[in-house]
Amino acid sequence: MNKENKQQINIICDKCGIPLTPGKVTLSYLGSSFPVELPKCSQCGLVFIPEELARGKMDQVEKALEDK
Amino acid sequence: MDQNLLRQREAKCVQEEPPGCTTACPVHVDVRGIVDAIRKNDYKTGLLLFNKVVPFPRIISRICDQVCQKGCKRKEIDEAIAVNALERICVDNMGEPKASSMAIKAKKDRVAVIGGGLSGLTAALELAKKGYLVVLYEATDRLGGSLWHTPEEKLPRRLIEDDFIQLKNNPFIEIIYNTPISNDRSSNPAFDSICADFSAVYLGIGSKEVLSLNLGLDVDQEGKVVIDPLTLQTSHPKVFAGGSLYLGEKGKSPITSISHGKIAANSIDRLLQKASLTANRDKEGSYPTLLYTNVKGIEPQEAVKCSDPIKGYNREEALKEAQRCIMCECLECVKVCEYLAHYRSYPKRYVREVYNNLSIVMGIHHANKMINSCSLCGLCEEVCPNGLNMGEICQEARRIMVKRGKMPPSAYDFALRDMAFSTGEKFVLNKHQPGFNVSRMVFFPGCQLSGSSPQYVRKIYKYLCEKIDGGVGLSLGCCGAPADWAGQEELFSENLENIKSRWLELGKPKIITACPTCFKIFKERLPQAEVDYIWRIFEQYGLPPMAKSEPRKLVIHDACTTRHEDCLHESIRNILLKLGHQIEELENSRQTTGCCGYGGLMMFANRELAQQVVDRRIKENQADYLVYCAMCRDNFVAQGKKTYHLLDLIFGENEQDRARQLGPDFSQRHENRARCKIAFLKEIWGENVAEEKMDIKLIIPEEARRILDDRRILIEDVAKVIQYAEETGNRLKDTLTGRYIAYFKPVAVTYWVEYSPQEEGFLVHNAYSHRLEISG
Ligand SMILES: [Zn+2]
Repeated sequence: MNKENKQQINIICDKCGIPLTPGKVTLSYLGSSFPVELPKCSQCGLVFIPEELARGKMDQVEKALEDK
Repeated sequence: MDQNLLRQREAKCVQEEPPGCTTACPVHVDVRGIVDAIRKNDYKTGLLLFNKVVPFPRIISRICDQVCQKGCKRKEIDEAIAVNALERICVDNMGEPKASSMAIKAKKDRVAVIGGGLSGLTAALELAKKGYLVVLYEATDRLGGSLWHTPEEKLPRRLIEDDFIQLKNNPFIEIIYNTPISNDRSSNPAFDSICADFSAVYLGIGSKEVLSLNLGLDVDQEGKVVIDPLTLQTSHPKVFAGGSLYLGEKGKSPITSISHGKIAANSIDRLLQKASLTANRDKEGSYPTLLYTNVKGIEPQEAVKCSDPIKGYNREEALKEAQRCIMCECLECVKVCEYLAHYRSYPKRYVREVYNNLSIVMGIHHANKMINSCSLCGLCEEVCPNGLNMGEICQEARRIMVKRGKMPPSAYDFALRDMAFSTGEKFVLNKHQPGFNVSRMVFFPGCQLSGSSPQYVRKIYKYLCEKIDGGVGLSLGCCGAPADWAGQEELFSENLENIKSRWLELGKPKIITACPTCFKIFKERLPQAEVDYIWRIFEQYGLPPMAKSEPRKLVIHDACTTRHEDCLHESIRNILLKLGHQIEELENSRQTTGCCGYGGLMMFANRELAQQVVDRRIKENQADYLVYCAMCRDNFVAQGKKTYHLLDLIFGENEQDRARQLGPDFSQRHENRARCKIAFLKEIWGENVAEEKMDIKLIIPEEARRILDDRRILIEDVAKVIQYAEETGNRLKDTLTGRYIAYFKPVAVTYWVEYSPQEEGFLVHNAYSHRLEISG
């Protein structure tokens, strides 16, 4: 999470003009869903998923759910 | 998938069948296992395997008549493996006989064994193992019968003694010496009274003349007791007979005698258990193996000689002889298919895995990726001695997965989107030749050639219009192969119906294809249409005048979907010869050609494996390849192989450069198809169509473009994300780089794009995607 934390400091919501802060987000796929904490705009709810997360852990979860 | 079908398919794979030596051996010694053990210097295992089926290992290791050698494949090359010598060195490492103490429950039936030769002794041991009380009548004062006629240096007497200790110590076996049995008055007991007193009798009295014994059993014209070869039953239902009595003096075979003891013991057990004497006995004794083993290319090598024949092989010699063994197995399909080799097993197991995968209700479907990775090319069927086709099984499994909603979306979604584009309005076109209201033929270039080399599509069409009278229509679209491969039956049928109605609209013209896969699909699934290849048209009507290129040496890679199209293979070669090229053939060509990694959508379901498939294929020959499928070309070139498409040699300029030129990426393929349609409309039909422009202008540096293609992200999706972000303002900003980051889910996949506004457009830096949905 260290790397992500660092990154989220750099990311702001352009619409609301405020930095993203850790917030609750639900990810779902093929009928399964689970809550995660992701950088999120506390005003409009826009979230940020870093590339490493999308192409790493999330990809693994996707594949695992597809084989269920 | 139905259980019976599964069994039938499994049975086609002979890899697990025992090798010829084992099935030829009447007691089925695992020779291959013993050889393997010797190779590993594991003589203990070698002995264990031998002793498992041979009750008298010391004796047999010296005198076996090696029926196994009749089944040795090595014989087809030079000479059979010296099996007995290998067995001997295993046995020579055997210690003193040990008393085995197996707790067996005694049965009430008593069985008499007459004759203490190898067959009688084996029968006695086998029956004792099953809990029968055995009384063994031996005519002399020692066991072994004619074994004692073997010279001492060949069969040391100590070995006989050691092997027979197990009989003497066996609590279920009573041995009565010096008691020859007949129905003479001198015989005590008489044969008939033994038959009356015991539940069953085994007669193993050797090859001596039996008539004088007055046993009352039926005999044949030569005076031999009539014995059923399957059960060893005589005319007396309780009396069984075998060994040299059956084989005769000339047919003596120690290992067959042992097998007779086993078969008779089995028959007696069946008789006393009131089971069928004959059911399921085809694999007792010698039988021909079902295992196929290809011995092509194996170098002849003489059997290793013993430096000391009295002592037998030393370990070094034994190892050398063991290494001469082919270790018979089939694996014909696994040898030629990277996919089948990749999963480190063979079809018999794969079929079972596929079946199990389909049977899982709750749990992880481990075989999904395996099922989805097969190229469905059918090479396995060609090389399998029984024609097992793994592709058929995988395709069927995919269809079932789709029907049940269990197909992983990530496997084929991208390929199906590509097909959706090619079956959509941006590409589909169906027209008569200008000035005609009928079509004698229709050109169906297919989606991949149009996506990969649209320039040739137009050149071919112009050629056809010039050469062929009666009107040549044009039909742009996709044959539906991706849907077929992905197991999407409904989608495939729907597309086929569309193709059919367009074909009917044109008046059922003969369909000319330029893509081998389109040809195959139409031939098999639209049988009412006459279909041909452009290559055969070139042959019949003459090559286009511009067809000239400098002579080259070319290695032909036949397209896997054409493997049964002998005429096409000839046409391709004829054209090449006509163009003045020199042809070289790959070992696996024509009927046994391989796939380029596109077939079955392998490159979408398992990209790494598809790359290995290509890598293996392109390394088969150093010279440049010649192909006639756009996908084969693009896939080979992508991995560095100089590859000519036959159209490059017919229409090409600078074909030399073209042979190294990477194919277009996925976005460009879409664009090429759309442009192909527009160019046709403009150039051929003189219609004024505007090229569709994207609403926003994207600037995509080469590096970013490469990333997009690698991640299977289309430029149109990138555009949608940016458009959405710019319209709604829903975008993030990286304060360090000043770049915008936005995400959007047009259909099923969420795309992320990192971009910056630049002049009138947007500069794309990076993009990635995921299928997990963001909610809340
Ligand atoms: Zn916001």
